Amino acid sequence: MLLQKAVKIRTDILEMVAEAKSGHPGGSLSAVEILVSLFFYKMRHDPKLPDWPDRDRFVLSKGHAAPVLFATLAESGYFPVSELKTLRKLNSRLQGHPDFRVPGVEFPGGSLGIGLSAAIGMALAAKLDKSDYRVYALLGDGEMDEGETWEAAMAASKFKLDNLTAIVDRNGIQQDGLTEQIMPIEPLGYKWKAFNWHVLEVDGFDLRQVIEALEKAENMRNRPTVIIAHTVKGKGVSFMEWDPAYHGKAPDKDTVRKLVEHMRQE
Amino acid sequence: MLVQMSSMRDAYAQALLDLGSKDSRIVVLGADTSVSIKTSLFADRYPERFFNVGIAEANMIGIAAGLALAGKIPFVSTYSAFVPGKCLDQIRNAIAYPNLDVKIVSSHGGLTVGPDGASHQTVEDVAAMRAIPRMHVVVPADANSTIALVSHSLTLSGPFYFRLSRASVSEIYTPTDEIRVGTANVLKEGSDITIIATGVMVNEALEAGRLLSNEGVSAEIIDSHTLKPIDSETILKSARKTGAIVTAEEQTIIGGLGSAVSETVCESYPVPVSKVGIRDTFGESGEHKELLIKYGLTPQEIVKASKRLVGSR
Repeated sequence: MLLQKAVKIRTDILEMVAEAKSGHPGGSLSAVEILVSLFFYKMRHDPKLPDWPDRDRFVLSKGHAAPVLFATLAESGYFPVSELKTLRKLNSRLQGHPDFRVPGVEFPGGSLGIGLSAAIGMALAAKLDKSDYRVYALLGDGEMDEGETWEAAMAASKFKLDNLTAIVDRNGIQQDGLTEQIMPIEPLGYKWKAFNWHVLEVDGFDLRQVIEALEKAENMRNRPTVIIAHTVKGKGVSFMEWDPAYHGKAPDKDTVRKLVEHMRQE
Repeated sequence: MLVQMSSMRDAYAQALLDLGSKDSRIVVLGADTSVSIKTSLFADRYPERFFNVGIAEANMIGIAAGLALAGKIPFVSTYSAFVPGKCLDQIRNAIAYPNLDVKIVSSHGGLTVGPDGASHQTVEDVAAMRAIPRMHVVVPADANSTIALVSHSLTLSGPFYFRLSRASVSEIYTPTDEIRVGTANVLKEGSDITIIATGVMVNEALEAGRLLSNEGVSAEIIDSHTLKPIDSETILKSARKTGAIVTAEEQTIIGGLGSAVSETVCESYPVPVSKVGIRDTFGESGEHKELLIKYGLTPQEIVKASKRLVGSR
């Protein structure tokens, strides 16, 4: 069932960015299994009650991956799937980057580096309110360049936020090229360890591994967990994989039609 | 005459204690300046509701956004050189765009850090905050108005930027005066010229009013503590009465009070506006009073500008 959801969300993403003629397919396709694991398995949430105070929170810090978030929210039932084709159009709720027009969106991510800080604020509030909701933040690996990410990393361990899980979509590519050429971030796991985080590394397309890591994070006490999810930008579309050009470029509708048919048959 | 001097940060700290005792949603964030700004008093009384994030202003704003999204009312405080100085993007995208109830209360604004020099003085903070959609901008003139305006802001939703001064100031208001965000206070009525001031320049404007009065010029003195939304009703009413305006502010005249007043009268009732303020330059080291004189932020400059406008009629 989770596998089928992943295929459906992947085809939604391709169709919506093709319809919009712009958007960020690469970093959306790399994060599909992560969002599927959260929204269709791990997270406590109710699409009919988006403001439920005790819901788990998901912060998309890499807001350019709005297509994967919108597709996941729609497939979860927050709003009709048919609305996805309005992405990026005038008067649509579905802005180029997430904002509060859309039920289920917890934070207007997009300007990189802020999401983890905001997730810390939510996690602190949960502790103050003695609520057991958990906060998840999905960061891009390009966001590791941002100083604020590391300000936040220090703060989360200072405040012992074991109700906070960060997930890094380690797809290896940022807008200008490979992360290790633009601004090397390795050894990434050691960096987070040095900031006193509980560090886990998984294959970000293996649902079982992602879910097991999310469970381990929940069982950790007094420390925040970061899951470094090794992924591939543009996953599922052979010509997009490992091509930095598809960070922010939409494929045309004909190509997408063929791709979607192919994906559904597989 | 006995003049009572007071400190805006002491007043702010007191307001936080009072408000914090009534509303447990109030949380306070600091960035390694909380002893200086006196928010440490709140930290001592409510340690679980105070978060010191270290010297990491961008992170502080992001955390405040998350706290607000989860139902808290965060007060974020450090020096105005650093907030907004170091985190315009976070204020814009994490606070103002989602229209969150976050109160940014920065101290040591303007030239008041004196000897610390230009790196720690702020001339542009108010203009930068005014330009951000949804942001309220408030620059109180004394301790009592600081308490009143901070308290009133709790009844209003949306983001706030309060700019406090480090300087000790003469008290203008009493604790019972009605001072509300968005409503300018007419401190003295007059008929020849309107002087609109904000922050520490309100006292200088009152002094200018006395000097002008000695020379037979009747000045109306208005405290425009709220720069956004500007109180256009009070400003236009006074403009119709006096026909000329002098503005006084301890910041760049580009985008601050003088600009806000000009924007208001230009559209509805054009009258000459002369701006007393910092003229597109950075400050330097020196005592606050010395800097005010060097950069032309004095009662005498306000008098000069007023007489020029009155005389040109």
